[in-house]
Amino acid sequence: MSEKAKLKSIWAIQWVAFSTIVIKEVRRFMRIWQQTLLPPAITMTLYFIIFGNLIGSRIGEMGGVDYMSFIVPGLIMMSVITNAYGNVASSFFGNKFQRCIEELMVSPVHPAVILAGYVMGGVARGVMVGIIVTLLSLYFTDLQLHSLPIVVIVTILSAILFALGGFINAIFATKFDDITIIPTFIITPLTYLGGVFYSISLLPEFWQDVSMLNPILYMVNSFRYGILGISDVNITAAISMLVVFIALLSAFSIWLLKRGTGMRS
Amino acid sequence: MTAALSIQGLEKVYGNGFKALKGIDLTVKQGDFFALLGPNGAGKSTTLGIVSSLVQKTGGSVSIMGHDLVTDAFAAKQCLGVVPQEFNFNQFEKVYDIVITQAGYYGLTAKEVAGHAETLLRALDLWEKRDEPSRMLSGGMKRRLMIARALIHKPQILILDEPTAGVDIELRRSMWEFMKKLNEEGTTIILTTHYLEEAEQLCKNIAIINHGEIVTNTSVRELLSQLGTETFVFDLENGLESSAVRVPELESYEVVQVADDCLEVTVAKGQGLNQVVIRLNDAGIQVRSMRAKANRLEELFVDLIQQHKRS
Repeated sequence: MSEKAKLKSIWAIQWVAFSTIVIKEVRRFMRIWQQTLLPPAITMTLYFIIFGNLIGSRIGEMGGVDYMSFIVPGLIMMSVITNAYGNVASSFFGNKFQRCIEELMVSPVHPAVILAGYVMGGVARGVMVGIIVTLLSLYFTDLQLHSLPIVVIVTILSAILFALGGFINAIFATKFDDITIIPTFIITPLTYLGGVFYSISLLPEFWQDVSMLNPILYMVNSFRYGILGISDVNITAAISMLVVFIALLSAFSIWLLKRGTGMRS
Repeated sequence: MTAALSIQGLEKVYGNGFKALKGIDLTVKQGDFFALLGPNGAGKSTTLGIVSSLVQKTGGSVSIMGHDLVTDAFAAKQCLGVVPQEFNFNQFEKVYDIVITQAGYYGLTAKEVAGHAETLLRALDLWEKRDEPSRMLSGGMKRRLMIARALIHKPQILILDEPTAGVDIELRRSMWEFMKKLNEEGTTIILTTHYLEEAEQLCKNIAIINHGEIVTNTSVRELLSQLGTETFVFDLENGLESSAVRVPELESYEVVQVADDCLEVTVAKGQGLNQVVIRLNDAGIQVRSMRAKANRLEELFVDLIQQHKRS
């Protein structure tokens, strides 16, 4: 076989392997939809009713729009990132726990392809939940669309970033408790403090500066910009930051996979 | 001809300082049926774990069908199918999906392997269970599922780490037949087992490992020829008590009555058995059948391990 043909066959094999991992991941979260797709739909509906309708009607406007319209983009983004993270963390750790990750380790699948497959599975769940929450929100408010490209780019990049986070969490996790620590103690507080429910312009200047260190603030505001055309942050800077972090976490994840951290003795 | 597996100076030191492998060399020829034997903790699973890329080596090199496992991992891994000791498939996935997913990791689409998957699952009596979640299978079925999964990409080398552990005798025999056929069709098979009868029945070549060192590496025939004596089992036509006959004195043979209708006769290497049969016949004892006692390898194994311990 010539080098060119050999190279082509390597790419073809890796592509089939990538598709296989993605299909397996999608099949997994669709099989347990009661645990993966239904809970965020119920939780977000409660947010819309309680924060949007009941409390929001007393708050009035936020950032120049009614409160319900203000919180919807943040809640959609919150659903996307928590589900992208949770899918990869639980699936990859579950595979480690059941040792079926060994199926991949003995195979010729490149570590970058393993990573891409799991991340794409997380993105698929994040986007699917995002779409479900968006459709539910239409019952409570008339959603605008300021920039579809921004909405799509920010959604995909945020889902990729958090899926990578979930992957790294799963690599280091040694028990199921370890994959709930980061969502509970880091992601949830950062999400609530990331401008989902308020504009940071309401905060004193010091806390505005502190908030600017929160990466979730950039995702929520960029997404809100795509929907409503309003934002507390610079969109180009936010998207650039997402790309840089994705590159850094991807490189770190591939390095961990090559070393076999948490998998190979 | 390129060796199916070539191991040079393989070392493994675990994080706690335990030296599991102390620079072993091993070569397995293409088409071989090879057993890696040793007591618990000897280094068998570590060796196969390194070859399967599940354990990180700390020294030496491994080459599979001439492809170095580090510098040419893609080609090396494609040649290998692995059946580990512990169940390591997704317990929630269906049997068919597990096999097809594994094919995907080797670049084969579901459509491409549908026929081969059916052949394998039928051959291993799993076709009827293809739509069941794997957790619903019995222990024996789970082992066979791991074999089907390992063979889905038609590897040139199949590694089996204690494939028949905890499997009943009937199933073990059918798995032996399956493995023999596979080997006859050209697949190199490397196995570890605690059932030495299994190694004696199936394997052409054997290596015995102890404390991370290869104690011996030779053919089964060569190894068995080291035995000074051989024991044969005589199944008798009638029970000795019911026919009221006594076993005659047989000089230079060791005869042990192990049951009412069964004798074990130990003979020196090269010593004939005709005399035994004639003398028993003269004493009114009819021999129905005769076979070699199948634990010859076990005796050698114990001897070699004891010698290694002493040295």
